[in-house]
Amino acid sequence: MIIDWNHFTPWSALAGGVLIGVATALFILLNGRIAGITGIIGGLFTSRIHDAGWRLAFIIGLIAAPLVWQLFSQLPTIQIDADNGLLAIAGLIVGISTRYGSGCTSGHGVCGISRLSPRSIVATLAFMGTGFLTVFVVHHLIGA
Amino acid sequence: MNTPMRKHLGSITALAFALLSGLIFGLGLILAGMANPAKVLAFLDLAGLWDPSLALVMGGAIAVGLVAFSIARKRSLSFLGLPISLPTSRIIDKRLVLGSLAFGIGWGLVGICPAPAFVLLGTGSIKGIIFLVAMLVGMGIFELLEKYSK
Repeated sequence: MIIDWNHFTPWSALAGGVLIGVATALFILLNGRIAGITGIIGGLFTSRIHDAGWRLAFIIGLIAAPLVWQLFSQLPTIQIDADNGLLAIAGLIVGISTRYGSGCTSGHGVCGISRLSPRSIVATLAFMGTGFLTVFVVHHLIGA
Repeated sequence: MNTPMRKHLGSITALAFALLSGLIFGLGLILAGMANPAKVLAFLDLAGLWDPSLALVMGGAIAVGLVAFSIARKRSLSFLGLPISLPTSRIIDKRLVLGSLAFGIGWGLVGICPAPAFVLLGTGSIKGIIFLVAMLVGMGIFELLEKYSK
């Protein structure tokens, strides 16, 4: 394992993580809800109108974040190397599987682990594991 | 103030805080580097030049989350008087494990997970929008499969 010290950004990573934690804390302690994106979106497919408001409000906040950021500063680099076909396939997989597994990086990885939920700990180990494995296969075995 | 009025204002307050939570969450993702798929993939690339930053994102978020959920667990109502809904299932089943394993494959292919997909929409990234639309279609397919498998 070789650590990429040139791209390692410990302080902004930690501060960004704390902000995510603060958002999660506000959401559970004020709105009484788990800040799990999969669950928030999933509920829009099934829940009734009166339950849609807070879901949409949270999502609008997420979408507005880069716009608000740009009022104060330039956005950091955003680089997507995958082509459109791969993005579509990956998007489909992520959409179906996160609903199947009842959560993603936010719901299981942040909220679930913070709740010390055994389900979320298993889920996080599972998706981190296949995440590492997939990058290894794609970047080192196939060599794309 | 009469009761319906209070209730109405209460729900506006709740919506405002939901918006604020989403906004802070999104700003955190941008600051952390999670909204940059190349950085996410650099974290997942243990065998290449490894960028460990995202481990600290998780660490920072969970450190705050642990405190918040330990408070939430002791309460039935939130500080706005709304019911606190925490997941109750403790069953580790095939759906959870297979779903999560498959999610990691999709995540590892392009470096985008659901929350950053919405942040990418806000940056106007066409590639981000392609991923987001496909993800929402995928969630729709899940709903159809659920509906017709019953």
